[in-house]
Amino acid sequence: MPKRVLLGVLLACGLTASALQPVLAQEPKTGGVINAVIQPEPPGLMLAMIQNGPTQMVSGNIFEGLLRYSPKLEPLPELAESWSVSEDAKTYTFKLRKGVTWHDGKPFTAADVVFSIEMLKQTHARARNNLVQVDKVEAPDDDTVVFTLKQPFGPFLGIFEVGSMPMVPKHLYEGTDWKTNPYNNAPVGTGPFMFKEWQKGSFIRLVKNPNYYEKGKPYIDEIYWQIIPDAAARSVAYETGKVDVLPGGSVENFDVPRLSKLKDTCVTGAGWEFFSPLAWLWLNNRQGPLADKRVRQAIMYAIDRDFAKDVIWNGLGKVATGPSASTIKYYTSDVPKYPYDPAKAKALLKEAGYKGEKIRMLPLAYGETWQRWGEAVKQNLMDVGMNIETIATDVAGGNQKIGDWDYDIAFTYLYQYGDPALGVGRNYVSSAIAKGQVFNNVEGYSNPEIDKLFADGAVATPDSKRKEIYEKAQKILVEDVPVAWMLELQFPTIMRCKVKNLITTGIGVNDGFKDAWLDK
Amino acid sequence: MKQFWKSMLKSPSGVIGLFILLLAISVAVFGPMLFPNSPWRMVQRPFLPPFTLSTVPLGTDALGRDVFAGMIFGARVSLLVGLVSTLVALVVGVPIGAMAGYFGGKVDDALMRFTEFFQTIPSFALAIVLVAILQPSIYSIVASIAVVSWPPVARLVRGEVLSLRTREYVQAAVVTGQSNSWIILREILPNALSPVIVLASLMVATAILLESSLAFLGLGDPNLISWGYMVGAGRTVIRQAWWITVFPGVAILISVLGLNLIGEGLNDALNPRLSREGR
Repeated sequence: MPKRVLLGVLLACGLTASALQPVLAQEPKTGGVINAVIQPEPPGLMLAMIQNGPTQMVSGNIFEGLLRYSPKLEPLPELAESWSVSEDAKTYTFKLRKGVTWHDGKPFTAADVVFSIEMLKQTHARARNNLVQVDKVEAPDDDTVVFTLKQPFGPFLGIFEVGSMPMVPKHLYEGTDWKTNPYNNAPVGTGPFMFKEWQKGSFIRLVKNPNYYEKGKPYIDEIYWQIIPDAAARSVAYETGKVDVLPGGSVENFDVPRLSKLKDTCVTGAGWEFFSPLAWLWLNNRQGPLADKRVRQAIMYAIDRDFAKDVIWNGLGKVATGPSASTIKYYTSDVPKYPYDPAKAKALLKEAGYKGEKIRMLPLAYGETWQRWGEAVKQNLMDVGMNIETIATDVAGGNQKIGDWDYDIAFTYLYQYGDPALGVGRNYVSSAIAKGQVFNNVEGYSNPEIDKLFADGAVATPDSKRKEIYEKAQKILVEDVPVAWMLELQFPTIMRCKVKNLITTGIGVNDGFKDAWLDK
Repeated sequence: MKQFWKSMLKSPSGVIGLFILLLAISVAVFGPMLFPNSPWRMVQRPFLPPFTLSTVPLGTDALGRDVFAGMIFGARVSLLVGLVSTLVALVVGVPIGAMAGYFGGKVDDALMRFTEFFQTIPSFALAIVLVAILQPSIYSIVASIAVVSWPPVARLVRGEVLSLRTREYVQAAVVTGQSNSWIILREILPNALSPVIVLASLMVATAILLESSLAFLGLGDPNLISWGYMVGAGRTVIRQAWWITVFPGVAILISVLGLNLIGEGLNDALNPRLSREGR
């Protein structure tokens, strides 16, 4: 019988207390309506099937996962109130919270968890990937779920966040065609807020769940997610008081300093720790000049990334040093460095025998900031003698070209999910090369040594061994430059100071309304 | 011809228009030689107000690019698009109108229904759709502007040809057994040209506006700077930096105004109905 370490409750109590200390000093007030911007309008709200950023942001307050995560990415109890790990690190036992009901009144039980996992394996690409090491999931009783792994999986406790593994009501989905289930349009979760109505192109309205299991929560009565397609109009909506919360990325960067200076306005960069968005340029390793490592290194030297940070992102964020953001586990800065050095870039290009072949670049069609960034990078590369042609597309057209590998350089940014096994390896291992996708290994980099390091790293124990493996992988990747890492992005959330406690977890606004309250 | 210039230079609007056009053309042709630096180059700190540094007289934009250099290079794109797309529209519209007017009957019906097909679609909406489908580039922009601007030419030419068709000198040419193409090209078209020239000058102005509007909406050629692009890119920061939008906006205004004035001058000079000395 393996010795069980009951750490969930202990850990949770300690953490919640320390994380919320400064804000708990003030007694939360109940009531009020919050207007927040959601940008762009989500394609749907059924989190188990759609995982766009805006869907996660709205639905993270409707659905819940087994665990939440602190800004330091430590697991906190949510639907699971405690958990234990067997000594061989292959059995995880979760004790579920009692008295939890779905928004329609039916009780939430371990059977829902087992069903959700079966469903997510088919509908949620990232969940499927995260669950690869899971051998079986069982529910010995209504309040207990046991995960048995094929082999120890270091990041396992990091996969239960609401957007990564939302709990779905079994009684509404079992035996139906998931894609056409009517509850996709009026999602039913266990979360602090219930879906009320969605006026397409105008707003999504969520109302307080009166039967929420944490007594007294949520404090807010209603949330209106306002849909405003024009960036300038979104800033104006905040200035005129129509909205109170501008989640990260919903206004253009150059508006941030101006809005931050407004009266009663609070700004925070927190709430993105779990995602740690990292921006880079896909470099097509398969063909043309970019197949040569020296040309890819030249690109790193040629681009003035401090300029991009200071001018285009208004000083927000951090220049990336490699494949891992600095907030990710096992990050190391002890890797080859690529400072802005046009002379060195020119020398490398000459050495590689680059003769002005045309290089096609796809900027990201996500608005002004990304367009300006594309222009700046193009100019940087032209300055060292590269012949860059910008291809103008919309988001769908750009995705199509990237998926078809029909590009030379393309902008992107992806989330990293706290652990290299969850969010980093997928971009560099050769098994993740597949036509038609815009995530994973789009650049076509293939290196057996890297494949092996990431395969070993995911299942290695103890932690020190994983650290060693991932640090080695980072060094090799930075030397090879499979993609050109640009910035660790920061998306500031701008809100009225009277909105309290909105951002307390590693996913910020996505599940923040549970604790938020209005100081009237 | 001498007469034409004489009356053209007599009309004040024509003179002003010609002056503006010549200025714009010389900027477009010689400007880039005087400013060899690419307008995309980041040369100074961003959002530098105008008239503070002599090296960047009109200030810098959101990335620290020289607004003045952008204006000069933008002139090239705007004028080029205006002239070339008008030329293409004429090449398409004149023959269609001439054939419809000359042959009449079923040919006329078919060609005019075809023309109306294009006229029923709002021209700017059609241009946006075409550029979006073909992907924004200088070629697709010229093509789409030409596609939306040839129908008025065809209708105008048809009208002129219809009236000239019944003139005695044309009928005389028919009787002497001249070929149709010879009659259209040598007898009719030269006499139908005056209104077409006036229309063309206005079409260049419209084309410049269309290109600016497309670029403003982000459908410009991403590799070429144009006035519309500058206005569009500066629009979102207009509250922090008015100069990024205002200067190219003024450039569009002046060049379109100039072309309209030329059109007016040409109309005065070429219209036989207006009484003039020596006629």
